[in-house]
Amino acid sequence: MDFDDTREEAAFRAEARSWLEANASPLEPGETNPGLGESDDPDTIRAAQAWQAKKADAGWACITWPEAYGGRGGSPIQSVIWGQEEGKFRVPPNVFGIGLGMAGPTLMAHGSDVQQQRWLPKMLRGEEIWCQLFSEPAAGSDLAGLRTRAERDGDDWVVNGQKIWTSGAHYCKWGILVARTDPNVPKHAGLSYFVVDMESTGVEARQIRQISGGANFNEVFFTDARIPDANRISEVGNGWAVAITTLMNERASIGSGGIGGGGGVKDLIALAREVRDERGPLLENAGIRERIADYYVRTKGLQFTSYRTLTALSRGQTPGPEGSIGKLVAAKMRQDMASLALELQGLAGGTLDPSLAVQDAAWQEAYLWAPGMRIAGGTDEILRNIIAERVLRLPPEPRVDKELAFRDVPTGSQG
Amino acid sequence: MNFDFDEDQRLLQKTARDFLEQRAPLSRVREIFESDALLDADLWSGVAEMGWTGAAIPESHGGAGFGYLELALLAEETGRALAPIPFGSSVYLVTEALRLAGSDEQQRRWLPELAAGRRIGAFAAAEGPGGHVAAEPGVEWRDGALHGAKEPVLDGAAANLALVLARDPSGGRVLVLADLQANGAKNEPLESLDPSRPLARLVFEGTRAERLQGDGAALLARLEDRAAILFAFEQLGGAQRCLEEAIAFARSRYAFGRPIASFQAVKHQLADLYTAVELARSNCYYGAWALHAQSDELPAAACLARISATEAFEACSQESLHLHGGVGFTWEYDCHLFLRRSKLLSLALGSTGRWKDRLVALLDEAA
Ligand SMILES: Cc1cc2nc3c(=O)[nH]c(=O)nc-3n(C[C@H](O)[C@H](O)[C@H](O)COP(=O)(O)OP(=O)(O)OC[C@H]3O[C@@H](n4cnc5c(N)ncnc54)[C@H](O)[C@@H]3O)c2cc1C
Repeated sequence: MDFDDTREEAAFRAEARSWLEANASPLEPGETNPGLGESDDPDTIRAAQAWQAKKADAGWACITWPEAYGGRGGSPIQSVIWGQEEGKFRVPPNVFGIGLGMAGPTLMAHGSDVQQQRWLPKMLRGEEIWCQLFSEPAAGSDLAGLRTRAERDGDDWVVNGQKIWTSGAHYCKWGILVARTDPNVPKHAGLSYFVVDMESTGVEARQIRQISGGANFNEVFFTDARIPDANRISEVGNGWAVAITTLMNERASIGSGGIGGGGGVKDLIALAREVRDERGPLLENAGIRERIADYYVRTKGLQFTSYRTLTALSRGQTPGPEGSIGKLVAAKMRQDMASLALELQGLAGGTLDPSLAVQDAAWQEAYLWAPGMRIAGGTDEILRNIIAERVLRLPPEPRVDKELAFRDVPTGSQG
Repeated sequence: MNFDFDEDQRLLQKTARDFLEQRAPLSRVREIFESDALLDADLWSGVAEMGWTGAAIPESHGGAGFGYLELALLAEETGRALAPIPFGSSVYLVTEALRLAGSDEQQRRWLPELAAGRRIGAFAAAEGPGGHVAAEPGVEWRDGALHGAKEPVLDGAAANLALVLARDPSGGRVLVLADLQANGAKNEPLESLDPSRPLARLVFEGTRAERLQGDGAALLARLEDRAAILFAFEQLGGAQRCLEEAIAFARSRYAFGRPIASFQAVKHQLADLYTAVELARSNCYYGAWALHAQSDELPAAACLARISATEAFEACSQESLHLHGGVGFTWEYDCHLFLRRSKLLSLALGSTGRWKDRLVALLDEAA
């Protein structure tokens, strides 16, 4: 057991580094790259696309993807090494996460050759950005309860309904969509999976403002929107299995460092060292030291857990649902760390004003962003259910909705 | 033993709740939140007319002469309503400071004005990141005038009477009153985490100010203890409201063919929040008693109320938002108004860590 790069890994790291040095500038000490949070202005997106294309030209865009789609055909470890090195340079935010992290792997697992050839190369180059049209007003945790209808009409499917919380829909070209193709069978059996052109007639995205003030997610309305049958992924009625592939990839990617906003334990220590109250310098306070220690223990626990996952990957094993640990721990911890960081600042913790807010108000923003991270991509409770039922194999909850025909499932007042 | 409020007090509370539901529904709070207004001026005059701003001020000084038990219940209701008014700053802090340490002359001059709501008080204690009160104030009070900047000051821009923590020429901490109407200070707005309770920077360039009686540090401690109990009632009211909203939402929201309230994980969460609120409530009542009875137990009672109410409001505001799922994370829903207010109130009078250290020090002294 060791953390050293093997000779090949060291060579790969050196190669990555020299390309990055030639093509980007290193971050200054203390400087961080902007998070994905509210970075949806057109200039940022264009900059992100330009950077992605540059990486693609040099073979750095998707380390683990097959060369046939423009990837490098590399190993998961190489992908991590690349991520570590790229993270030391000033680069635009990665607005391609839903495509590269979720839709891409799903298409590779379930799409036809033609579909893969059509979508993957442009996705990889960042030419076409993707969004995820899963959640609906009455179907989030209970995704399989979704109602957006897709009905067959010749070579097309006609789609009606509403999606919600679709991050980035207002600037995306393609969306992965799960829709109900048969309401007369039990809920999981009546779903199908499609790729939808966000620019087609009958698809309308409206931005929704989130609590932090930005408007990164959307409601998306479908009114007789037509999707060619050629854009269906896998068989009719197999949408749930395909969606699960997407969700497993989503949780893995959010858990491994996707929790934006605010700094780490180091920044917390820097802050506590700087401030004092009537009790003296706050870093000397036992209660505060204990809380910081707790966060550090958990942070390192997560990091080393991800190394174990990585080791499994590099031995050719697939990581299982234990990937759910990452987001479950990280999202709530981010909320608690931000809360402490505000307390360390005293009443000044209550202001976002640049003239007073320490560390560029990153912790205030983190306090307003963390609640979303506890909800997005599976809430804390859903992740606990996954750990309990799929990892620990505990008996499932009795289900009232699983065997009934979808149209007969109780919906309360939302019906 | 009779550890509860009496019927008249409950009636006053009910009147307050009805009044606030009518005059300050969350839609109104949001208007203030989304505007540049410093406070809901109509609500402020309404509240003053009802006698709330003078609740604990004797009638001889223009107050309603209710008392602290009544004031505590009014605080709970303003917290429940997220009332966008500088009630705590003016009533629990500046008014209380005058009652504790104002000379006869100062009380005669200011209390009727504060009771009538014509004067709005703000507590200017912090100086940048660090303690909610500056450990070693940089703002100086010499020859009856203030020099330096206090930041941030809660409700500082709405206020026209500031209670300022300063340093006298000998280096001691003093609490002084500055009439901002007569000889103003410069005030600059600072973006607040809760824009329905704005923050400001007050810059003093020779602003006249008069000292309150007694030792500054001792007065500060007494003042904070008293204010902490009243703020705790505000926090309690907010926590209770979040809990109610969470329960109502969980009953009506369906997932997996059943109300989410029927999931044990959700029920346990709500049961835990309820427990936290009830323990806070009991500690708050104890605080109200200590205030009312002028008990020696007041300092410890303040710690109990402050810590439990702060923690209850933080948990309720975070978990109520979480229980709402995606809609809870939207600007349009009100969950974030509570999240922001909860955090701001927890910062306004010092962190729970500070109050825990104080509590243990008091217990140690008593042992
Ligand atoms: C910032 C953000 C970005 C998002 N981006 C996208 C996106 O790009 N595409 C997309 O499709 N969706 C997206 N979502 C939606 C997200 O996946 C859903 O919000 C989430 O799955 C929760 O669903 P819901 O909002 O319907 O809440 P609900 O499912 O109604 O949940 C409400 C509450 O009930 C609890 N609950 C539900 N079921 C159970 C149970 N069985 N046991 C215990 N508790 C339960 C939940 O934990 C939650 O606290 C995003 C959400 C956020 C906040």
